[in-house]
Amino acid sequence: MNLVTPFEGIGASVKRKEDLRFLSGRGQYTDDINRPGQAYAFILRSPHAHARIAGIETAKAAAMPGVLAVYTSADLAGIGGLPCGWQIHNKDGTPMAEPKHPVLAEGKVRHVGDPVAVVIAETRARARDAAEAVLVDYEVLPAVASMAAAQAPGAPLVHEGVAGNLCYDWHIGDAAQVEAAFAKAAHRVVFETTNNRLVPNAMEPRCAVGDYDTATGEHTLYTTSQNPHVIRLLMGAFVLNIPEAKLRVVAPDVGGGFGSKIYHYAEEAIVTWAAAKLGRPVKWTADRSESFVSDAHGRDHVTRAELALDAEGRFLALKVSTQANMGAYLSTFAPCVPTYLYATLLAGVYTTPAIYAEVKAVFTNTVPVDAYRGAGRPEATFLLERLVDVAAKRCGFDRVELRRKNFISPDAFPYQTPVALQYDSGNYHATLDAALATADWAGFEARRAEAKARGRLRGIGISTYLEACGIAPSAVVGSLGARAGLYEVGTIRVHPTGSVTVLTGAHSHGQGHETTFAQLVADKLGVPIANVEVVHGDTAKVPFGMGTYGSRSLAVGGSAMDKAMDKIIAKGKKIAAHLMEASVEDIEFDRGTFRVAGTDKAKSLTEISLAAYVPHNYPIEELEPGLEETAFYDPKNFTYPGGCHIAEVEIEPETGRVHLVNFTAVDDVGRVINPMIVEGQVQGGVAQGVGQALLEGCVYDADGQLLSGSMLDYTMPRADDLAPVSVATHTTLCTHNPLGVKGCGEVGAIGSPPAVINAVVDALRDWGVEHIEMPATPQKIWSIIHGKSC
Amino acid sequence: MYDFAYHKPATLADAVKLLAADPDAKAVSGGHTLIPALKLRLNKPSALVDLSGIAEMKGIRREGGALVIGALTRHAEVAESAEVKAAIPALAYLAAHIGDVQVRNRGTLGGSVSNNDPAADYPAAVLGLGATVHTSKRKIAADDFFLGMFTTALEPDEILVAISFPIPEKAGYAKMKNPASRYVMAGAFVSKGPMGVRVAINGAGPCVFRQSAMEAALAAQWSPEAVAGIKQDADGLNSDIHGSAEYRAHLVTVMAKRAVAAAG
Ligand SMILES: Cc1cc2nc3c(=O)[nH]c(=O)nc-3n(C[C@H](O)[C@H](O)[C@H](O)COP(=O)(O)OP(=O)(O)OC[C@H]3O[C@@H](n4cnc5c(N)ncnc54)[C@H](O)[C@@H]3O)c2cc1C
Repeated sequence: MNLVTPFEGIGASVKRKEDLRFLSGRGQYTDDINRPGQAYAFILRSPHAHARIAGIETAKAAAMPGVLAVYTSADLAGIGGLPCGWQIHNKDGTPMAEPKHPVLAEGKVRHVGDPVAVVIAETRARARDAAEAVLVDYEVLPAVASMAAAQAPGAPLVHEGVAGNLCYDWHIGDAAQVEAAFAKAAHRVVFETTNNRLVPNAMEPRCAVGDYDTATGEHTLYTTSQNPHVIRLLMGAFVLNIPEAKLRVVAPDVGGGFGSKIYHYAEEAIVTWAAAKLGRPVKWTADRSESFVSDAHGRDHVTRAELALDAEGRFLALKVSTQANMGAYLSTFAPCVPTYLYATLLAGVYTTPAIYAEVKAVFTNTVPVDAYRGAGRPEATFLLERLVDVAAKRCGFDRVELRRKNFISPDAFPYQTPVALQYDSGNYHATLDAALATADWAGFEARRAEAKARGRLRGIGISTYLEACGIAPSAVVGSLGARAGLYEVGTIRVHPTGSVTVLTGAHSHGQGHETTFAQLVADKLGVPIANVEVVHGDTAKVPFGMGTYGSRSLAVGGSAMDKAMDKIIAKGKKIAAHLMEASVEDIEFDRGTFRVAGTDKAKSLTEISLAAYVPHNYPIEELEPGLEETAFYDPKNFTYPGGCHIAEVEIEPETGRVHLVNFTAVDDVGRVINPMIVEGQVQGGVAQGVGQALLEGCVYDADGQLLSGSMLDYTMPRADDLAPVSVATHTTLCTHNPLGVKGCGEVGAIGSPPAVINAVVDALRDWGVEHIEMPATPQKIWSIIHGKSC
Repeated sequence: MYDFAYHKPATLADAVKLLAADPDAKAVSGGHTLIPALKLRLNKPSALVDLSGIAEMKGIRREGGALVIGALTRHAEVAESAEVKAAIPALAYLAAHIGDVQVRNRGTLGGSVSNNDPAADYPAAVLGLGATVHTSKRKIAADDFFLGMFTTALEPDEILVAISFPIPEKAGYAKMKNPASRYVMAGAFVSKGPMGVRVAINGAGPCVFRQSAMEAALAAQWSPEAVAGIKQDADGLNSDIHGSAEYRAHLVTVMAKRAVAAAG
């Protein structure tokens, strides 16, 4: 047997291969790339939320030392706007408003940070010096910094021609059925909430380097992207008009994305265009202040929901009305986030038979908002899991039993929800029971009493959630407005002496693909992971790819690899049959060994690959030499991870400070390839969820100035804000992909915020508090305890 | 940052000369306040006068009933000093809770006190212990040193050389951190000793200040309960997205109570 030893295949907690270079400072990030003769771009951004540009004076800046060029939108004639990748239709069937998103502001700025001009110079400092000499004549206009302001009668328009600042007014579900159910309900529970706006803050700020080969006419863009092929497609086809064959996009090591690096940003087009125009490579690197006003933000919903229950507590119907902030322009995937990634999740883990949701997307004078870790599902989950707690309290049900009573039962799969999705598998009772046991839910009241003796208010909260990821079946998303397919591509290249290169269209920016994907190869082909190289992030190397977001890499990218490995095995069997003079039907393959069934005749994968590349004794008439296969995998359905999160908090009543003291996650992420990586992903996601629940709040003032515009005012979670996070998994297999995997990248951020807020509300039960908006800051808690308004 | 000249004098006299000769020059010690400001282009000095090579501004020593700490002493050195821990444990505690490890390894006592950020830690200890600030020109009592937000009695060419902290019988420090910046949102440094009973409040107002009602209460009875009922007036206190003036006023009482408890 050629079994990989020690076992490195599916289920092994192998240490991450990529960490040696990351932990020893030898990663290659975009900002580490410096091309010969490189110049530097500085982007001059709007200090105003809304202003007309009466004129821009660039001559003085252009004449400053070291300055190569100063460009404004007037120089970009013939260049397209930044495209939006998803079109939503209104209730009446008309398409959403889709105003132009110019690369550099055209006549008007619409948010603080909107790019106005670009200065390119020999050094970054020179470029920045010169940018201060660019004189922009702004006529400041009244701004709409919130959705309420944007929708007020007579509100200033972010885009002339977009009436009422309304991007779209969309709906899903059966309104009549919902009304009928409400009419016979024993209880109707109304709940209103705001899902707080977040700033993503990947550790690595965005960066882009444009390069142009005057000899070949080939453009290269190095960029901090989660999906280089998507950037090539969008920028090449819609913005700069460069054919794919002349445009290479490289996303090398990327230091975190969380969604914010999916989108095609203006700076990518600027450096690519300017490099060709100047014949010099051009680099732009954001500083943290710039990231705050130029990376797409996340969340920002205002919602009113109403749940109908019968006398026993069974959910009869749910009605939801949400406003979603789009910011000043449509970022690449913004329109789909509060619709198909949100409202389709409103059944959650419950059998609610009738659901109707309407969503209004609103333009405001703020940074564009798009998908951020979880994208739509955290918003849906927070709404549902708070609503269930509120319903339990108001109607007198136990919050755990109310959930259990309404769970979709484990034998009800496949389960069709009233909001389009069909869940393939799950066992919500199992994850609930496991989490209750781990968190010692039953013993909580004793811990609460003990905390009280210490002067602390202790609370416990639960969230039983579900999400849809592994996006997505191309035909389905196409019918819903996506302007792209959402398959993934994998190539398996078995080299002559048996080592393997994997080319994947997924992109790793913290997820550990170089390890997990190698484990898939180890498991199936029996090649030690040390001999498997995973290549990603370069359109010149990888055939194609849609990239990494929506917890899709393993479910879609891994499945493509699996299909490609099937092709390798099928071809290998033919070669083995030839070499061992047996019929192909008699060849069996198991982890690296081709065997003639019922005999001791066997050939290793290495012998087969050598024969494939040195085809002296080879079925050359019927088979090409070489051992390399590519597969495109288009998923048949979304995948549906779910589970139960339980948070326990203690509040200092004197200061209002909330301390997370315990967190339990039991998640069903399908088959687990590397338990250690899953644990890390869940812990990171929980950290972000705790951040949203307790700490992070993006605040604009009424004039559209970003008050939380730096780390001095925007509260990122730190190690001492967190508690030990106990992570366990309970697996039901995905039924429609070959690996049985569901995805684990976002579950932590999706399931945790309502668990934390439910715990905070529980801690304050003596105050009769029903809801606390995120983030639950010390001041907010203090004002509740002390009866103050804040 | 903008271009600037850089000087590294070896003596205090040379440093003073450089600063006196150029009104746009600025001293730099740990650089953990000044350099970020330069990076954000909020400050445009013509030259930086790096004080870090000046021997007479270094060291921690006991002089009679006081601890004299050189202006260049880094927060981590104060936190770890056996001398400080023995004489004024509350001061070592305060230093150990400034910022994070990187900040404590660079930031200096002199830089922090000269800067007088309303949300900084050290000014509370200087005022709360009734310390004396030694400069290149004179000695200034703490009560006369802190003049307002980011403003002190230091003249532009005057360098903070050392601070002399009278050793108290008891002292304690407690603060509520701003959740984002982790600077002080409201803090209290309390002491009882040769300088009397002192309560210095930082973070809450535009400048560190003494809370006289609490001082009187503690002089009468040194216990957390003595200050628990004393309310701080919210008028004139800072207010931002993390804490209103009213919330800060409330925190002042809580922190004073905790500081007295910590002092024992
Ligand atoms: C991330 C971060 C977190 C922080 N958190 C905290 C915190 O929680 N609490 C806190 O108190 N501080 C905090 N700080 C500030 C830190 O303590 C600073 O180092 C300190 O305030 C200034 O000391 P410095 O030596 O770095 O001064 P520098 O930055 O070198 O100088 C600051 C100012 O003082 C002047 N100056 C410096 N030395 C002298 C001198 N000897 N005489 C006259 N003028 C002088 C300079 O010209 C400048 O104007 C933080 C800083 C950072 C970067």
